[in-house]
Order: sequence, then C-alpha cells, then structure tokens
Amino acid sequence: MNNVARTNILQRLRKETPPQPSPCQGKEQDVSSFDWDRAERIRRFTERMEAVRAEIHHADHRDWLDVLTEICHAKGLNNLLLSPNTTWGQAISAQAGRFPTLRHYEQPIDGWKEEMFYGIDAAFTSTLGGIAETGTLILWPDAEEPRTMSLVPPVHIALLEVDKLHTTFAAAVQEQGWVEKGLPTNALLVSGPSKSADIEQTLAYGVHGPKELVVILVFSHPA
Amino acid sequence: MISEFRQHVIENLAKPNVRANFRKAMDGLMQRRLDQFPDPAELERIRTQAQAIRANALSKLPELLEQLEAKLTDNGIHVHWAETTEQANQIVLSIMQKHNAKTMIKGKSMVSEEMGLNHFLEAHGIDALESDLGEFILQLAHEPPSHIVAPAIHKSRQDVAKLFNDKFPDIPYTENIDELTQAARTILRDKFYSAEVGLSGVNFAVAETGTLCLVENEGNGRMSTTVPRVHIAVTGIEKVVEKLSDIPPLLSILTRSATGQPITTYFNMISSPRKPGEKDGPEEVHLVLLDNGRSNIYSDPELLATLRCIRCGACMNHCPVYTRIGGHSYGTVYPGPIGIILEPQKAGLDVHGELTQASTLCGACGEVCPVRIPIPTLINRLRYEGVRKDASTTPGTGSRRTTAEAAAWKSWSWSASHPAIYNFGTKAAARLRGVLPMQMSAWTNVRSAPQLADKTLHERMKEMGVADE
Ligand code: SF4
Repeated sequence: MNNVARTNILQRLRKETPPQPSPCQGKEQDVSSFDWDRAERIRRFTERMEAVRAEIHHADHRDWLDVLTEICHAKGLNNLLLSPNTTWGQAISAQAGRFPTLRHYEQPIDGWKEEMFYGIDAAFTSTLGGIAETGTLILWPDAEEPRTMSLVPPVHIALLEVDKLHTTFAAAVQEQGWVEKGLPTNALLVSGPSKSADIEQTLAYGVHGPKELVVILVFSHPA
Repeated sequence: MISEFRQHVIENLAKPNVRANFRKAMDGLMQRRLDQFPDPAELERIRTQAQAIRANALSKLPELLEQLEAKLTDNGIHVHWAETTEQANQIVLSIMQKHNAKTMIKGKSMVSEEMGLNHFLEAHGIDALESDLGEFILQLAHEPPSHIVAPAIHKSRQDVAKLFNDKFPDIPYTENIDELTQAARTILRDKFYSAEVGLSGVNFAVAETGTLCLVENEGNGRMSTTVPRVHIAVTGIEKVVEKLSDIPPLLSILTRSATGQPITTYFNMISSPRKPGEKDGPEEVHLVLLDNGRSNIYSDPELLATLRCIRCGACMNHCPVYTRIGGHSYGTVYPGPIGIILEPQKAGLDVHGELTQASTLCGACGEVCPVRIPIPTLINRLRYEGVRKDASTTPGTGSRRTTAEAAAWKSWSWSASHPAIYNFGTKAAARLRGVLPMQMSAWTNVRSAPQLADKTLHERMKEMGVADE
C-alpha cells in the first residue's frame, strides 16, 4: 500500500508541468539583518526574555558559581540535575558542597523516569548560543545534557556565554554552520518558560515544560 | 429546506456568550499582530520573502518530497505515504500494533483532526489523549476545535471551570486561569510519563537536512516527541521547504501573524531518533505524509496557491464572518477563509461548496495572509466553478448550479445584448417603481427596501446631452 501510495502521489504531482515559482523574487533576501553591537544584543536579549518572565542574571568567569549558588538558594532547590562532564558541570561538581544535592543523568531515562518526572527540582545546562532579536536560547541536547533536562524539571537554569549571542536565528544558523555540521537528533530554540494562552487568550506560565527559566549570562570579561 | 451550514450559523449567532468570546479574542489577536509589524514596508518585504519561499518549495514539490524522504531515511526516520486519511489512519494503527501499544499522547496536529484519528484509534481500543491545553479541554467537552491556532477560543474560563469540575470532581472548583492550567499540568504529567507512543503534527519539514520542525508554547509538543518510546509525526505533503535557511523567515512571520509573538517558547527541530549513547528521545520516529486531495489542488496553477498556507490563522482572526458565526458553524476541520477555499477543494464543491458564500469579499484575509494567498480571488473562482459546467480539476464542479439562477442570468445576458429590449425593461421598471414590494424577505427585516430611481441612467445621460454610443 505504501509504495503504491507513494507512486500515485508523485505521479499526480508530476502530471502537470511544474508550476512556475511565484514571479516575486526575494526568497534569499535577508530582510532582518542588524549590526547590533554586543551591548545592544544583550539589551535586546534581556528585554525579550524578561517580557516572557525569564530571569536573567549577569556573571563573569570568576563569580558565576556564586550567582548559581544564590539562585539555588533563593529557589530553595533540594537537588540540581547536571552533567558532571561539561566544563561548567565540572566546576560546579568541584564545589559540590555549596549546592543542593547534585544529580547526574547516569542512565537512559527508562531506568529512572519516575525520579526524573517527580523528584528533580531543577536542571542546569549549557547552551550552544543565544539569539538577541527574539530572546532565545539555542540548545543542542546530547548524551551529556539530554533533551528532557530542559523540559521535565520545573526549573531550568541555562548558562549562556555572551560571546555566543547572535543577532537573529538566521545569523546563528549561518555563523554556527548548522548545515555544514549536520543537525543533531534534536535542536531546540527556547524562549522563556513554558506558557499557554488557550483559556481566554490569557497567558498562564508553567504548562507542560519548565515553570521557570533562569539564564546566567556569562561575560568573558567582567561586565 | 435550510442547509446544515445555515442551520449551524443560525444556532451559533444565537449564542451571545460564544460570540462575545470570539469578538474579544479576535480583537486581541488582531491588535497583537499589528503591534508586531510596526513598519508596513518591512511587512511587505517579509511577506514577499515568505511567499517566495513557499512558492519555490511548491514549484519543486515532488523532488523535495523525494529528497526529504531520502534524508529522513538516512537519518533513521521511517517515512510513510498515504493517499487518503483512511490509509494514514491504518499506518498509525499498524505502528501502534507493532509495538503492542494502547496509549498515545498527542501534541497539537490539525492533520490528525483531518484524519479523525482519535475516533479511529478509539474504535481499535487505543486511548489517544490530547495534551495541548486547548485540545485537552475540547476532548473533555467532546467538541472539535473552533480555531486552528487557538482551538478552545469559543470557551470562557467559566466554561472550562465547570468542565474541569465535572470531569475531575477531586480538584476544587476554580475559575482562576493559572489554577486551571496547573490542574491540567498535573493530570497530563502522568500521561506523558506513561504514554507508549507520542503523535505530533509538523509545521515545516526541511528537505535539505531531513528535519521536522514544530512550533509551540506549552512544551506538550516536546513532551510528546521526546518522552514516549515511539514518535509518529503526521503532515500534509505541502509542508516541505527546500533549505534550512528558509526556516528562520517563515518561523518569524508565522508566530507574528498567528499570535503576535516574536517567537514561540519552543521551536523543536527533530532530525533523527535516539542515537546510540543518547539517554532519551524516542527509539523510533515515523513520518506519515498525507495527500488527501492536495495533489489534485496542485494540478491547477491558480488554486495551487492554497497549498502555500502555513496555518497561522490570521485570515480567520481578521474575517468579519468568522468572528460572528464562529469556527463551529463551518462544520469542517479548517474554518474561516482558509477553510472556505481548502475544504471545498478537498471534499468537493458538492459537499462544502456552500462555504464559499460565507465571505463578504472584504479582502481582509488576503491582506493579512503572510504568504499572500489571494483568498478572495480563490473564493470567487470556487463560487464560479460551483455553478459552471466547464471542465475543472475541482471535484463537484457545477454542482451548485440551479436551473432558476442559470435561467435568470441567461435572460439577463440576452436582454443586455439586445438594447431595445433592455431599454424597454429598465424604463418599465423605473415607471413601475411605486408598485415594487416593500417587504423583500430576510433582506428587509433589518433594512429598508432599495428604491429604484424614476429615470434610468440612459435617460439621464441623454438629458445631459451625452450621445448613446
Ligand atoms: S491562508 Fe494565509 S492567513 Fe490563512 S492560515 Fe493560511 S497562511 Fe495564515
């Protein structure tokens, strides 16, 4: 059935002379390219993120662990899920005493789904970069930082290095060479905590994904 | 006898609460969209770009579908083709059966509505649960969506509160939207946890990379495509685009046109099942490509524009008819202006041709459409095809022709080409205007009857000294 359907559909599509692409050109034009400097990128990113109730914290390479400690404390987290193998995760693990119980994604989800769903307070992940125009994090989850980390726990704490803040999604795709590199199993853009406006078009936060999104913006030089 | 469609319209016009819900929501959506496009010139530039991207993809549709299939297969995703919704349902069922699966959790998918998938699976002993908040509410209420982006837009918070209280008596009654949302979160968490198969739609499929893209705010789409062991995506064959670089502009104009958001919370790009070493994500991913009349629409160079649609819903948000009669009046999966042109082309003018009447041809839909589908022109075209006997690719062509209407036009066209008769007729009408009825059925219930002038245009022009030629 499958192959017959395939043949029939393709045959019908090929029956007619292919329709002309619309006379209007301009598919390739980049209508939204901006030459925002770093300060402007940060300003826009922060404004957009805060507009959808994400928390933004500024830090640098020396004090980001303090900032993270404070966030964990302020939120009263009992535990924090992270990868002990990323650069950031290693640094956190080295000072484990300052943090809530650190948890690791030690085995495939099937082996500890219940705890993942009902027992983890927050997850910490790195990011591949950010997008200033829309206030967006780029995540390419992998074996170290799996997909559910930024989805299932009620709080997601993400670290974004300021130097990886691109102007637009289009610019990020190009500058990071997505097509050349090949896309991962799952690439994600995350722009705020989970939300819905399905009842009376009124925004409610924390539907199925994280209720809170916390972004630590790390400056390579002190801000 | 009054048609089913008109009956629905009459019923829905008599529901002041539902009408108020639509009015309020549509006003909000229109304003939010407007706020996203402060510069009209920029809006036109990005519409041109979005239109060109979609038109370009359609111009190479068969090749892009083959490329998409090859790429996805390379990436480890199973591709299935379905000519009809029955075939698509069977494909989904056989995947479920292969895994002995009895539970499905669904992200929002209009194509699955088109397939009537939930009922089909139910009949085969499979529990398919909607997880988008709006769709979840509607499933509880046993109602179809009334809007393609905001499916439960016709319901007020009180409606939802009563519904939840009725279905989940353990949860205390509340009309607070945050509390209602949290209740849904708690109920559905357990379902995400235990569902064996997740089903989703697709907003864009990228041929270049073999990537399925999903746009959403709630995270239920990510849950449905990440947590269960099997993910099945269903999509119409027209959703493919050529390159990854086509995605950013389309995403941007989609979310801005649909809900007035610069971007949604999540943009989910899926290119493969769980790879060795990865710790979550489905072990199997399937894509079902559904035709269901689309390849037929494709064969007409003008109607083909219908397939550019990116399902933003802006045309219905701006439609004065939709806002008044509401999404349920249409009795079809896709309501509003896009439904008016799409549904008769799919099901036939004999089935849904009457929907083409549900337009004032004010032009708002065509003006806001991000991919510039000339909706009013296509409505006119379908109205014409409904009453003509000429050959056309649209099923049901000529089915709306009535002898009386055809005879009326024929005699008008005859008299208009015979000046003596025409002049006699118009003069007679002008002289006899006093005896024309003041009551003209429904028209005069809320309006006064039109008055003919005492002299015809020809007579006046003659008086002014204009020659007859
Ligand atoms: S026809 Fe245009 S405006 Fe309507 S849903 Fe499709 S893309 Fe949006």
